[in-house]
Amino acid sequence: MEIFKSEKIYDFMGKRIPFLGVSAVLIIASIFLLATKGLNFGIDFAGGTIVQVKYEQKAPIDKIREVLKDTEYKGSSITEFGTPQEVVIRITGSSSNLKNDISDTMHKLLDPTGSFEIRRVDMVGPKVGGELREKGIMALSLALIVILIYVSFRFEWRFAVASILALAHDITIAMGAISLFSVEVNLDILAAILTILGYSLNDTIIVFDRIREGIQTSKETELNSVVNESVSRTLSRTTLTSLTTFFVVVTLFAFGGEIIHGFAFTMLVGIIVGTYSSIFIAASFLVQLKFSIASFREKEAEKLKRKKEKEKIRAMYEKGTV
Amino acid sequence: MKIFNYRLVIFILSIIFGIVFSIPSFLQTETGKKISLGLDLQGGLHMLLGVKTDEAVTSKIKSIATSVKYFADDEEILIEDLGIKDDNVVFTVLDKDELPRVDKMLDNIKGLNITKEGLDYKISLSNEEELRTKDLAVAQAVETIRNRLDQFGLAEPNVIRQGKTDIVVELPGIKTVADEKAARELISKPANLELMAVDEERADQVYNLTKYQAAQYGDVILEDTSNPQIKYLVKEIPILNGSQVIDAKVAFDQSNQPIINFTLNSSGARIFGDFTGKNVGKRLAVVLDGKVYSAPNIRERIGGGSGQISGGFSTVEAGNVAIALRSGALPASVELLEKRSVGPSLGADSIQASMIALISGFLVVFIFMIIYYRNAGIIANVALVSNIFIIISVMAMFGATLTLPGMAGIVLTVGMAVDANVIISERIRELLRSGMSIPKAVENGYANAMSAILDANITTILVAVILYAYGTGPIKGFAVTISIGILASMLTAILGTHGIYEALMPKMSKDKNLNKWFGIK
Repeated sequence: MEIFKSEKIYDFMGKRIPFLGVSAVLIIASIFLLATKGLNFGIDFAGGTIVQVKYEQKAPIDKIREVLKDTEYKGSSITEFGTPQEVVIRITGSSSNLKNDISDTMHKLLDPTGSFEIRRVDMVGPKVGGELREKGIMALSLALIVILIYVSFRFEWRFAVASILALAHDITIAMGAISLFSVEVNLDILAAILTILGYSLNDTIIVFDRIREGIQTSKETELNSVVNESVSRTLSRTTLTSLTTFFVVVTLFAFGGEIIHGFAFTMLVGIIVGTYSSIFIAASFLVQLKFSIASFREKEAEKLKRKKEKEKIRAMYEKGTV
Repeated sequence: MKIFNYRLVIFILSIIFGIVFSIPSFLQTETGKKISLGLDLQGGLHMLLGVKTDEAVTSKIKSIATSVKYFADDEEILIEDLGIKDDNVVFTVLDKDELPRVDKMLDNIKGLNITKEGLDYKISLSNEEELRTKDLAVAQAVETIRNRLDQFGLAEPNVIRQGKTDIVVELPGIKTVADEKAARELISKPANLELMAVDEERADQVYNLTKYQAAQYGDVILEDTSNPQIKYLVKEIPILNGSQVIDAKVAFDQSNQPIINFTLNSSGARIFGDFTGKNVGKRLAVVLDGKVYSAPNIRERIGGGSGQISGGFSTVEAGNVAIALRSGALPASVELLEKRSVGPSLGADSIQASMIALISGFLVVFIFMIIYYRNAGIIANVALVSNIFIIISVMAMFGATLTLPGMAGIVLTVGMAVDANVIISERIRELLRSGMSIPKAVENGYANAMSAILDANITTILVAVILYAYGTGPIKGFAVTISIGILASMLTAILGTHGIYEALMPKMSKDKNLNKWFGIK
């Protein structure tokens, strides 16, 4: 079975401006969303307490509200979680008192609302939340820097800049989607974002690798044609891998339960955007950055020459003819 | 051409390794290293505690004051106004001739800053000593909490220090709310036992004094444990503190009420004996965590270094207090910075949900690969299956913990592990289409695909390493599974499938059916 005819070369670069336009619109929309609506930080980053309660019957949300109304938890939000039996109570602020923990109090308060089981109590103090946020930003920026260095070293600086731009593109749009759907941003969402980072980079690098190979093997001097050929040749692989990963994440989204929902959702968006960007966007940056085949070949030839010379000297040295 | 090549041999060995070492995890056998489930999957309690290290410094100052007092009493040196002001021990020596003896005693205590003005002494901790005290307080708190949880009989408590002042406590065994509460109480109980002298001269004024006025006399006002209305005026500097307790047991008094018998170490016993000997007829307050449990009259000198705490405990409570006393006092109180508790039923649900996701995702990919690539797909699937075995076995060997994000990581590697094979198969197809013979196409296909696969995998591993370094708990688990998954996929998908192709090469070359082997016409 085959999806794409392998001989066909699609003209991606000829249509790069409309695609870049679509991306620009998406990115601006995302940034606008992030700036106005912002992210819905969960307790991992904002601090606070959540209590997940499962009732034997349908959860009496109104009754819970009624019960909590006259307590210090009156400001807490109560929402259904996954099934109608389950609710999550979100409370801002956190008790740092080990002895009189929120779970004891909740147990007592909710007692008249029916028979239930407290399945999860997460409490994150403000200090920890701040630390986690700091570490998250740190991890994200460090990852970007490391990628920049690695790709510059393996390819050329323009490849590195183009791949970072493609990553920024993917992550911004993914964050925009997170903001749009008010997904609660917790540690697992951070993990998803970082996975997208790795995943989308994967895709981009495989395309770039093909472009580098194309430059070295073909006699073509037109960058656009080399890029078109490389992207077309990797099209099959890009879509296939995306499809298989997509299947897996879809099943995770469908069957993984409420807890993994945010993670799976973020991954889904990331895979779609990442695939789109590695086919239509990443290489365009390379063209926009005025990458020159001629000078790249020159540099590569220079590298090869130096390597050969070294080998020659070594050979001479080993034979003792110096 | 021989069937066994080195690639195939390594691959087969790694499959055997994978299957053998993952059996304990799959079958949950008694012996062998198993992959351990994270608290989010098996249920349990995770806590991050912060030690209030400043309190340790204060209590260290207090203990220095206690030694000064004991020394002065013992050597019959007259001092007055012994007290604590802003983390300084202050006192005045009455007799100028005694100064050298006091100095000599203070010289024996390390890490002090001593300022002397005439007969007035002011003692504080040096900077290094303060840091050391704080550090020691955290280390001791870890030790104490671990001891208490061990004695409480919880399964595999995990107590680890994190950073300068924090402690991570993980209790997988917690099943019920009551268990959780008991564990939290045990952890938070300072169990700071102090024996303090009641200030008999002013005892009857206790209800008229303010805290501040009491401090002027070097006294503190403490409440009774069972009735906060009852107050005691006791000397601020304790005679003894809990650091000298070496054992504590639950016993029952004549009316069958639980009491706690404690035993002091030798120096504690000596101080206790001396004090009771000199103060017959006066009262001695037994103070636990700032509350007076009893204040009996001293009838005679108490030698042998044992005493008792009575005061309306329940049997369970007495047991917990005894455990806490035995395992040592917390040098400083701890506060809860983060708590995550997962009920066992939720953990089971999470495992089930992610298993369904794992298996169904796996099946879809599996079937898809066979339809798309035919035999090449089957070869890729062999690599995929062995990949999972290897991930499980490596995780089990290193004692890594499988968390919910870790599960997601495995699901994800399933998706990504086929990637290498897709890249390789696509390359082989391409070369076959250009008319290359099968052996050459396979050989060159691998060679051409290699740099892309390496670059892609190395960058992903770099990201995983950063995740590991900056992540906490579950994120770390995720990074670990992804890294192991990628390494395993390099082994199975690059080396392993190559080995299989080589072994099948004679057959393939003879057959020449490209549709059957690679899914192309």
